[in-house]
Amino acid sequence: MTSALAVDAVLALLIFGLALWINAARTAYGAALGFMAYGLLLALVWVRLAAVDVALTEVALGAGLTGFLLLGAAARLAPDASFDAVGVSGKGSRFLIALLCAVVAVGLAAVVLVLPDPAPTLAPLVHANLARTGVGNPVTGVLMAHRAVDTLLETLVLIPALIGIWSLSSDPDWGGRPGSLPDLSSNGPLTLLAQVLPPFGILVAIHLVWVGAEDPGGKFQGAAVLAAMWVLVLVAGLGRAPRVTSQASRLLLVLGPLVFVGIGIAGVWLAGAFLAYPEEWAKPLILAIEAALTLSVALVLGLLLAGPPVADGGGVEPRP
Amino acid sequence: MEASAIPTAWLAGLSAPGGVLLVVPLILPVVGLLLGLLLGGRRLGPFVFVLLSAGLAAAVVVAAAVVTGGEPMLYQLGGWSPPLGVALKADGLSVVLLLTSAVVTLGVAVYAQRDFRPPGARETRGSLAFWMLLLGVWAGLNTVALGQDLFTLFVALELLTFSAVPLVSLDGRAETLAAALRYLLFALLGSVLYLLGAVLLYGAYGTLDIGLLAVQIAAAHALPPSVLAAAALMTVGLMAKTALVPLHLWLPPAHAGAPPAASAILSALVVKGSFFLLLRIWFDLIPGLLDLPAAQALGVLGAAAILLGNLMALQQARLKLLVAYSTVAQIGYLFLIFPLAGTTSGPTWALSAGTLQVVSHALAKGSLFLAAGLIAKALGHDRIRDLAGVGRVLPITLLASGVAGLSLVGIQPSGGYLVKAALQGAAEAGGTWWWGLVLDAGGLLTAAYLLWFIGHALSGHGPHPATAKAPGRAQELVALALALGSLLLGLLPAQVFELISVGRVPPPEPIATAWAGAFHWGSLAAGLLPLLVVAVLVLAFGPWGGRRRPGPLGWPAVGAAGLGSAVGWLDARLRCWPVAGFSLLALVLTLGVGFAFGARACVT
Repeated sequence: MTSALAVDAVLALLIFGLALWINAARTAYGAALGFMAYGLLLALVWVRLAAVDVALTEVALGAGLTGFLLLGAAARLAPDASFDAVGVSGKGSRFLIALLCAVVAVGLAAVVLVLPDPAPTLAPLVHANLARTGVGNPVTGVLMAHRAVDTLLETLVLIPALIGIWSLSSDPDWGGRPGSLPDLSSNGPLTLLAQVLPPFGILVAIHLVWVGAEDPGGKFQGAAVLAAMWVLVLVAGLGRAPRVTSQASRLLLVLGPLVFVGIGIAGVWLAGAFLAYPEEWAKPLILAIEAALTLSVALVLGLLLAGPPVADGGGVEPRP
Repeated sequence: MEASAIPTAWLAGLSAPGGVLLVVPLILPVVGLLLGLLLGGRRLGPFVFVLLSAGLAAAVVVAAAVVTGGEPMLYQLGGWSPPLGVALKADGLSVVLLLTSAVVTLGVAVYAQRDFRPPGARETRGSLAFWMLLLGVWAGLNTVALGQDLFTLFVALELLTFSAVPLVSLDGRAETLAAALRYLLFALLGSVLYLLGAVLLYGAYGTLDIGLLAVQIAAAHALPPSVLAAAALMTVGLMAKTALVPLHLWLPPAHAGAPPAASAILSALVVKGSFFLLLRIWFDLIPGLLDLPAAQALGVLGAAAILLGNLMALQQARLKLLVAYSTVAQIGYLFLIFPLAGTTSGPTWALSAGTLQVVSHALAKGSLFLAAGLIAKALGHDRIRDLAGVGRVLPITLLASGVAGLSLVGIQPSGGYLVKAALQGAAEAGGTWWWGLVLDAGGLLTAAYLLWFIGHALSGHGPHPATAKAPGRAQELVALALALGSLLLGLLPAQVFELISVGRVPPPEPIATAWAGAFHWGSLAAGLLPLLVVAVLVLAFGPWGGRRRPGPLGWPAVGAAGLGSAVGWLDARLRCWPVAGFSLLALVLTLGVGFAFGARACVT
C-alpha cells in the first residue's frame, strides 16, 4: 500500500512541477514538448485511477495528436523565439493573474475535498443495465447506448471543426490538397518506418476497436492510431491527402455519423425509441457503428492535422 | 389559451406522436450537415433553405403540441431514463428558442442565397464554409433548446462555438483571423469553466440530468459548497460566451470584419444560446440562487453593459461597429432580469420579460446587421458620416433599420417596449426603481445613436452615391420582415406570451398583468417626449458633416468629448487580454464567495 502511495505522490509532484514548468517555459517549442510529457503523466494518473479507457484516449488524443498540432504550430511560428520577445503582458499583471489562478485552484481543491465520500456514482446502475446493451465494456455501453446522443454529437462536432480549418485557406486554393504537413520524403529512415509500421498500426487499431466492446479500447483510440499511421505515410511522401473537394473523402467523412443516425432513426420503429437498439441486435449494431465511426474519425483527425488546402504547387517547402 | 379560432382537433392530432416529435428538430440539422457536405457546390444554399423551412415547420408543430398539451414534452433517448440515459424536454422556454432560431436562421438563409452562391459551377471556399457552419449553429441551438442533460448541453455549446468562430473569419483577411482566434480562445475558456461546474455537480449528486439535480438541490437544507462553486463557474463561463461586460473583448472585433449574414447569426442567436443555458441554470437547476444577494451582481454588470455599450455605440465611426456595440448594450438588458426575478420580492414575470428580450433582440438585431450589410455593399464602405443619400438609394433597407431601431429603443408597440414595460413594472413593484432608471437611460442613448445614423442616411447632402452593386430585393425584404416581426411582437395578444411559462413550477404571475394599461396614448406621448428632446439635442449638437460649426461648442461638447474618451479608454482597457483574464477570474471568485456568504446568511 505504501509503495502505491509513494508512486502516487511522486506522480502528483511530477505533474505539478511539469505544469509549473510549462507555464514558465521560455519558448513555444519547450512548452509544447512539456505539454506532451504532461499528457503522458496524466495518462498514468488515469491508469492509477483504473480508468484505462480514459488513459488510452489521453495518450492518443491529449498527448499525441494535440502535441503534434502544438509542435506544428510552434514550428510555424518562430520555434525558438522567447515569449518575452513576442511582447506578452507585463510582469505585474502576469503575477496578479497567476495569484488569482492559484486562489481559484485552491478554492476548487477545497470544494472537491468536501464532496460526498463515497462519491455518488452511476457505475452500479450501468453494470445492472449492461447486459441489455450487448457489450461487456461499461464505457462502450455508456458511450454507445446510454449516452449515444452525446457520442453522436461529439463526432458531428468534428465536421464544423474541419470546415473551420479548411476555411482558413484562400479562395484560389480551394480544391487543392491539405498543405500543412511537413514533407520529409527525402528522409530515408522515416520512409522505411512509414513502409514498415502502418500494417502493424492498422492491426493495432482494428484490435483496439474490436476489444472495445468487451475491454478497454474503442473507436476514438483506434481512430487515433489509424490517423497516426496515415499521417506518417503522408509525411514520408508515400501518399497524398485527398483534395478538399474529393467526393470519396467526403463520403468517408460522413459515413460514420450517417450510419449512426440511420440506425438511430430505425430504432424509433424497431426498438421503440430514437437511438435505441433491438435487444438481440444490440451488439452487432454497436460494432457496425463503431467500425464506421472509426474510419470517419480517423479521416477527420488526419485531415485536421493536414491543415487547410493549398493549390497544387504550393504548400510547405520541403526541408533540406 | 384562446384556441377557439384554431382547429383544436388538428392541433391535438399533431401532438399525438408525443415526445418523439422532439427528435425531429434535433436531427434535421444533423442530417443536413452530413448530407450538405456530400452535396456541396451550388445546390448547398437551396438545400439549406429547404431544410430550414422544414425546421421551422417542425418547430411550429412542437410549439403547437406544447401549447395544446399545456405541459412540457419529454423524450427519453434510446429508451433509457435519466440518470442513466439522456432526456430531451420541450417546455415554454425551449419552444421560444426553437422558433426564434428557426425564423432568424431561415431569414438569414434567404438573405445569404445571393452572397454565398458560387459564381460558377465550381464550389467555393466561402459558400461551403458558410452554409455548413450555418447548419452547425442551428444544430447547436436546437440541442441547447431541447437538452436536459448538462453534458449534452456542453456538447451543444461546443457545436455552437466551433460553428460560430469560423463564421467570423470567412472573409479571410488577417484582422478577421485574429478576431476569430480571440473569440475561439475566450469562448473555450468559457467552455472549460462550464465543464468544471458540470463535473462538480456530478461529483456531488451522481447525475447530470437537470430535472433530477434540481429536485436533489432543492431538497437540501442549504446549498452545499459544491453547488455554489459550480454555479459560479458555470455562470461566469456562460457570461464569457454571451459577451457580457466586462467579458466582451471578443465581440466588437468579431463583428468588425464578419460577413453581414454571419454577424446577424452571431448577434441574434449565438450569444443567446449561452444565455439560454444561464436561464436553465438559474431558473431550473438552482432557483435558490435568485434570492441570494449575489444575483444583484449580475444586474449590476447588465447595467454596466447597457451604459458602456450604448456610450461606445454613440462614438463609432463605422455602422457595423455601432450595431455591434448596440449588441453589447442589449445583452445587458438580458441580465437585468436576475435581480428582478427573486421570489421574495416583487412579481415573478422577469423571466418572461428576459425571454421576450431574447426574441425581440434576435429579430431586431438580425435585421439591423443585414441592413448594415446592404448599405456597406451598396456604398463600398460603412462610415456613418458619409452615408448621405442612402435613403434615396436603399429606402426599404433604411425603413428596416428604422423599424428595428424602434424595437431596440423600446417604443410601443414594439417587442422592445414590452420588455421595458415588464422590467420597469417588476422594478417598481419590488421597490428597486434604479433598474428602471438604467432602462430609461439606455433607451435614450440608443435613440441618440440610431438617430445619428438614420439622420446621416436621410440627409440629402453629399453626392448621390454611385451604387456599385444594387442589393437583391429579397435581401431588403428579409431585413424588413425581421424588423417588422420585432415591431409586431408587441401587437400579439398578451395571452400568447404565457406560452413562456408552460412547465414552470410554481407558475409565474401572468406577464399580461405587467402590460395592463401599458398601451395608451398617454404613455406613448410620455415615452416619445424624452426621445424628441434627444432628437433635438442630436440635431443641434451633433457634429454633422455638412455644417460643422467652427470653434468650441461650449461646455456640453467639452463634457461629452471628455466622457466619450473616458468611456473609450475604459472599453479599450477592459478588452485587452490581461484585463479580461483578470476579470474572468475575479468574477469567479466574487460570485463564489458572494454565493457562499449569501447562502450562509439565508440559513442563519
